[in-house]
Amino acid sequence: MSVDKANVAKIASLARISMDDAALERMVPELNGILQWIEQLGEVDVTGIEPMAAVIPNTLRLRDDVVDADPLTGGGRRDDVLANAPAAEHGFFGVPKVIE
Amino acid sequence: MTDLTQLGVKDIRDGVRAGDFTAREVAESFNAAVADAAALNAFIVTTPDHALAAADKVDAARAAGETLGAMAGVPVGMKDLFATNGVQTTAASHILEGFIPRYESTVSQKLWDAGAGMLGKLNLDQFAMGSSNETSYFGNVASPWKKAGSNAAMSPGGSSGGSSSAVAARIAPAATGTDTGGSIRQPAAFTGICGIKPTYGRCSRWGIVAFASSLDQAGSMARSVEDCAIMLGAMAGFDPKDATSLQMPVPDWEASLNADLRGKKVGIPREYRMEGTDQAILDSWERGKEWLRDAGAQIVDVSLPHTKYALPAYYIIAPAEASSNLARYDGVRYGLRDLPDGAGLQDMYAATRAAGFGDEVKRRILIGTYVLSAGFYDAYYTQAQKVRALVARDFERAFAECDVILAPTTPTASFPLGENVDDPLAMYLNDVFAVPASLAGLPAMSVPATINADGLPLGLQLVGRPFDEQAVLNAGLAIQQRAGFSAKPEKWW
Repeated sequence: MSVDKANVAKIASLARISMDDAALERMVPELNGILQWIEQLGEVDVTGIEPMAAVIPNTLRLRDDVVDADPLTGGGRRDDVLANAPAAEHGFFGVPKVIE
Repeated sequence: MTDLTQLGVKDIRDGVRAGDFTAREVAESFNAAVADAAALNAFIVTTPDHALAAADKVDAARAAGETLGAMAGVPVGMKDLFATNGVQTTAASHILEGFIPRYESTVSQKLWDAGAGMLGKLNLDQFAMGSSNETSYFGNVASPWKKAGSNAAMSPGGSSGGSSSAVAARIAPAATGTDTGGSIRQPAAFTGICGIKPTYGRCSRWGIVAFASSLDQAGSMARSVEDCAIMLGAMAGFDPKDATSLQMPVPDWEASLNADLRGKKVGIPREYRMEGTDQAILDSWERGKEWLRDAGAQIVDVSLPHTKYALPAYYIIAPAEASSNLARYDGVRYGLRDLPDGAGLQDMYAATRAAGFGDEVKRRILIGTYVLSAGFYDAYYTQAQKVRALVARDFERAFAECDVILAPTTPTASFPLGENVDDPLAMYLNDVFAVPASLAGLPAMSVPATINADGLPLGLQLVGRPFDEQAVLNAGLAIQQRAGFSAKPEKWW
């Protein structure tokens, strides 16, 4: 499979990365080179093989269902959370108006 | 007095304990060496005060007769992928420039608790995506090594290139690294140092800027196997804040180091004999076999039939996870915001990400977005996950016949900066020998073997069974003792 400029524009839009025409033109052959190379995976016989997401056998743990189970991550740190925000007002993240 | 910057982790720790020198003297020596090495561009920010404060605490503890930690008095470099409380953390990106965490990563906190201090935040490939340290927003890192007869700046490898450069240049006795598909082992091999990535889950990922969560693993980089063992011991351990953290005790790797390999079998994977591999690398592999045989091990042939498919599978899985992980950089919660005049929220996202991510990061986000998109998900992503299962099964079968695997770390020695930047695929091939162990989550290490005809270091790689870092370290120690690698880069910076 290969991509053209319109495909790349669509992908860039899905990924929320603004790209002008020149950037799109440049990206088309680069992506196609990589995509053609990964095509070779199609040769592998994977009959009966389950896709692997986690490599080392491990079971997910449950924590106690209480507020602030871990004081470091449990909450109540609004000022820390907002400290690096480009725009924060009245204890909230500020964003451009989204409702007309 | 001895030049303290020539000492490694063990010698510094033992010397401070014995009172041969103070932790403050060590920190001052390394702070000065760091300040003198700006030409390497290994650090994004330096933190001499952090190193001094930690040292003073250690000296006071020793004076009070307290027991000192495993890393007491050792100042280390911290890859700028670990969140450090009050110290800028960028992942070498523009989008995180100026980001000052209000929390400390688990791994860095464990190092401070063990008595280490921080010399600064080390440069890397942007978001750990790269194999040459040429994708950093803060400029390339130069290796302290030069090719014989040339003055060209050489690549320190990547993504942990600031780490490898600093340790090889002796401006840090050790450094943290992270390995997603070779980012500890390949730079270690390029610069003649040791680097180990443990079993996936040994080190907490909490507070490490995420690249590909099912692969990312922190590890240690230093100039000897012993130093790597000591530092990794201080970094590893269960962390309830990381859902994938291994809930099992961390062995005392340092105490159990043993280079006597009698009764052990070392597997040589035949599929690692690939076209395009330097003859000097193949020769060093042969020497590696002899060294391990000399240590008492039996050398056996093993087969890892899906080796050639590991790299393309990685370049689907890692970008897919990255495209998801990096969705958080949106100009709202932290980092850069680019808000064109009159722009709405969606335009702000797109403009912020366009301005904040470098080319390689964008390339991988786009590939990841594509392979996860409707209509392509099964053909690419599911297929890659199945191939990953086969790569892991190959190792499982091989480890029925051997205890540890010996292979080259990289297909070539370091190359001049700029040589491979225009060809992403050629760059990816650097990690062809490193990626399979990452996909399988296995402990793996690179140790220096020899110097090639150009005067550049070559590394050998050891891969172990899950949780068996000890076998990897022991075989690494056997090689270290026999290789007698003592070459040092000549100071030009």
